[in-house]
Amino acid sequence: MNRCVKWIVRGVLLAAGLFFLIFGLLNEGFRDVMNKAVVVCLECIGIG
Amino acid sequence: MMKKDADGKNGIEKRHYVQLIAAVLYNCNVKGFATGMISDGKLKGVCVPGLNCYSCPGAVASCPLGSLQSGLLSSKYRFPYYVLGTIILFGLLLGRFICGFLCPFGFLQDLLHKIPTPKIRKNKVTRILSYLKYVILIGFVILVPLIKLVPGFCKYICPAGTVEAGLPLVSENEHLQGMVGFLFSWKVWLAVVILLLCIFCYRAFCRFLCPLGAMYSLFNPVSFFGIKVDPDKCIHCNACVRMCEMDVKKVCDRECIQCGRCRKVCPVDAIHFGITDRKRDKHSPERKQEQ
Repeated sequence: MNRCVKWIVRGVLLAAGLFFLIFGLLNEGFRDVMNKAVVVCLECIGIG
Repeated sequence: MMKKDADGKNGIEKRHYVQLIAAVLYNCNVKGFATGMISDGKLKGVCVPGLNCYSCPGAVASCPLGSLQSGLLSSKYRFPYYVLGTIILFGLLLGRFICGFLCPFGFLQDLLHKIPTPKIRKNKVTRILSYLKYVILIGFVILVPLIKLVPGFCKYICPAGTVEAGLPLVSENEHLQGMVGFLFSWKVWLAVVILLLCIFCYRAFCRFLCPLGAMYSLFNPVSFFGIKVDPDKCIHCNACVRMCEMDVKKVCDRECIQCGRCRKVCPVDAIHFGITDRKRDKHSPERKQEQ
């Protein structure tokens, strides 16, 4: 991959990642993940 | 006996210490293993980079893959931007370096492969099978949660969930023992088959099945940190690709887990860990030859 293209892709992904992360945090994503993870996931353990 | 690829004095690769530290940090809720209760701390809202079930009694944080699936289940109400952003940033920063250094299930596979048995070398079939993880990513991680509203990968496949969470919780909790059925038997059987396969075939789960590895593999060519090849030094002898047990075609392609073992066989020291690619020297003999 061309060096210049690589840096453009990196820039776009960094911007997208930061945007999603911040938007997700403002959208209560942290709480959603926590609420799911603090109870036993029956599907994960093969029961649900 | 000392191993050829060993870094440390006792024959253990330094990478394994990092893997061990990562596994311990992800699962430092020791009390959980004794009581059979999972952690309910605030850190559970944070995703770790590697595959580590959040229902493991020791887990103090969340699995990005499980969180992504549960987010997609409820995406009608709220899309999982936070988890997606986390995965993109992990991938962009480290790529599949995470698979090589920061994944507890990868560590388990590395240890299993050290059991002295005849080994299956990479070949055309394993290269084709390496595409299976992308099918699992699209099918079980994205489509099944969106259409059937169940976390497809966690429910039907994930051996990490069975080994880290299912077996410890069911063995300690009588209530859960009463709920065990066909699905649990299927998952235990599948986990046993995968772990047995890992003894003979290097990182079979990572290479053929892991959807988290599939996601990180897309970032491998552009990740900031990882293994880099100095184009001025490389003599294209292919020793690195020949010794690698993953299905790589070149260093740092989508299959490279960036373990760094290829550094030891490179005759010209062209492979190194670094943050960005080294600029090609205009005055190097190779570059002049090309021009």
